[in-house]
Amino acid sequence: MKAAWQRFVRDLTAASRSISRMNMEDVPYAVEARGLVKRFGKTTALAGVDLTVHTGTVLGLLGPNGAGKTTAVRILATLLRADAGEAYVCGYNTQRDAHQVRQLIGLTGQYASVDEGLSGTNNLIMIGRLLGLSRHQARARAGELLARFELSDAAGRRAKTYSGGMRRRLDLAASLVGRPRVLFLDEPTTGLDPHSRNEVWAMVREMVADGTTVLLTTQYLEEADQLAHDIAVINHGLVIATGTPDELKAQSGRQVLEVTPVHRGDVAAVAALLAARLGAAPEVSAESGTVSAAVENGRLLPGIVREIDAANIELAEFALRKASLDEVFLTLTGQPADTSATTETPELNGSNR
Amino acid sequence: MTTAFVSPGIPAVTPARRLSPLGGLRNSFTLTWRSLLKMPTNLEDLFSLSLTPIVYLLLFTYVFGGAVSGSTHKYLQFSLPGVLVMSVVFATMGTGMMLNADITTGVFDRFRSLPIARWAPLAGAIFGDAVRYVISIGVTLGFGMILGFRIEATPFAAAMGCLLLLVFALAMCWFSALIGVLLRSPQAVQGFGFLLMFPLVFGSNLLVPTATLPGWLQAFVKVNPVTYLTEAERALLTGGPAAGVVERSLLWTLGIFVVFAPLAVAAYRRRT
Repeated sequence: MKAAWQRFVRDLTAASRSISRMNMEDVPYAVEARGLVKRFGKTTALAGVDLTVHTGTVLGLLGPNGAGKTTAVRILATLLRADAGEAYVCGYNTQRDAHQVRQLIGLTGQYASVDEGLSGTNNLIMIGRLLGLSRHQARARAGELLARFELSDAAGRRAKTYSGGMRRRLDLAASLVGRPRVLFLDEPTTGLDPHSRNEVWAMVREMVADGTTVLLTTQYLEEADQLAHDIAVINHGLVIATGTPDELKAQSGRQVLEVTPVHRGDVAAVAALLAARLGAAPEVSAESGTVSAAVENGRLLPGIVREIDAANIELAEFALRKASLDEVFLTLTGQPADTSATTETPELNGSNR
Repeated sequence: MTTAFVSPGIPAVTPARRLSPLGGLRNSFTLTWRSLLKMPTNLEDLFSLSLTPIVYLLLFTYVFGGAVSGSTHKYLQFSLPGVLVMSVVFATMGTGMMLNADITTGVFDRFRSLPIARWAPLAGAIFGDAVRYVISIGVTLGFGMILGFRIEATPFAAAMGCLLLLVFALAMCWFSALIGVLLRSPQAVQGFGFLLMFPLVFGSNLLVPTATLPGWLQAFVKVNPVTYLTEAERALLTGGPAAGVVERSLLWTLGIFVVFAPLAVAAYRRRT
């Protein structure tokens, strides 16, 4: 009697679970995180992070070193447990359903985590075998990916002999062996030369075109600008702004006026003129002789042009442009994007733990 | 070209709820294959694995031989089983160092982001190490015989002796794995490991008869598992009553495994 009752309860739970799973698969978000908190000792790496990534899009997680980007990715990729909050990948909970999540994701870490003692081919065969491919399938998949990442020539060499860019490409290939639906890229281009960086960007675009969802962290605003459909700016463990790159640029609510006189001797005069008109000291670039200043009201421009003309200053350039993400970032976080690059961060300690 | 990377058509459209134990074993074998592949490429390790026993044998036989036993041949008969034990025990340090390297370089991060058994990387590393121990045993015994060591017991007993060594090493390497998971760098693992292994190895009757030691040291030597294992090896290789010492060695082996394997797995789960 008791056994029958227990079986009934178990079936019921299983049924309700599969119903809720079906509903979950309909959700438009490939990644969803709510209130993620993570502490390492006294350092708070994440102080309640909410993130959503629409299926088939790229989310750029942007922030300075130590902001909590890596910690967030490690939680979403089931490598770390959050102290509070929860996260879902394709509707599966990253803690309760970690095994399912791992079948759906690919991860490329900040430090290329390839086995240096193995050849490129064997690195990929190993992953394929671990994912349950047959020997033959694993070898075929490895060859396919090595060719795509221009590593065929080095396929038989140990990864120890690879350059930084090659190693990163191999790492990326390794995360694609299982054809993941969601790809986590933690600073995929840090330390790469421009050519390799463009390669990685092309790869990401290709995968997104194929329907893969990508969450990438970066300190490079240009990277986020180029690749991401949406951006979440993270600082001190909190998401401080979200939106499309354009929305974020517009959000800062200002534009930048750039004036370059033909003669270097006029730079000081232009700077003084702008300062008087706009009420703030403009920035002067010593190399290009460009004077730039934030403009909040476009109606001031005709007056400025007239005054420059009246002062008989010849102009090489007079341009009004949107604030760059760099400037947005500076406004939001109070620091430029590429500072503190050498300090050891709590994220790093966390990843070694 | 582009379709090769498409996500749709992933093998597991509905991902499996869990992995079967058989699947875990298959993962472990893949990872064993990995560590075996690396062995010939890791020349330093292979060198130290095979050269250390040779150096031990040469040094101990010719330095201590005359003083301890009166003749180098007699001493070799006495010390070779001890050198076997020593080589294998020191070789277990490799397990911890390699595990540590895998953790610090981020290779384990990749493993943990894959849908494989959590214990597979540990098991794979240890299966792979069994091969290293076999090499160590083979080199020590082979070189010892070149120097003049003679097996005086039956071939069956000698084979049992080698098997006992292997089993003991497979238990000891869990201790090594524990240190490997707990400490920060491979260097720290090596330093700390040898600090603990030295008294264990040399505080035994492995190189000198127990009777020549001071009383307090004898007390330690008489409970040291290395002493029992050495005596068991002497009995199995050069003859003598084996029954008691083999049983005690096996008990110690079991004890070490039962204590350190769960600790290592727990520490591994915590760290990773």
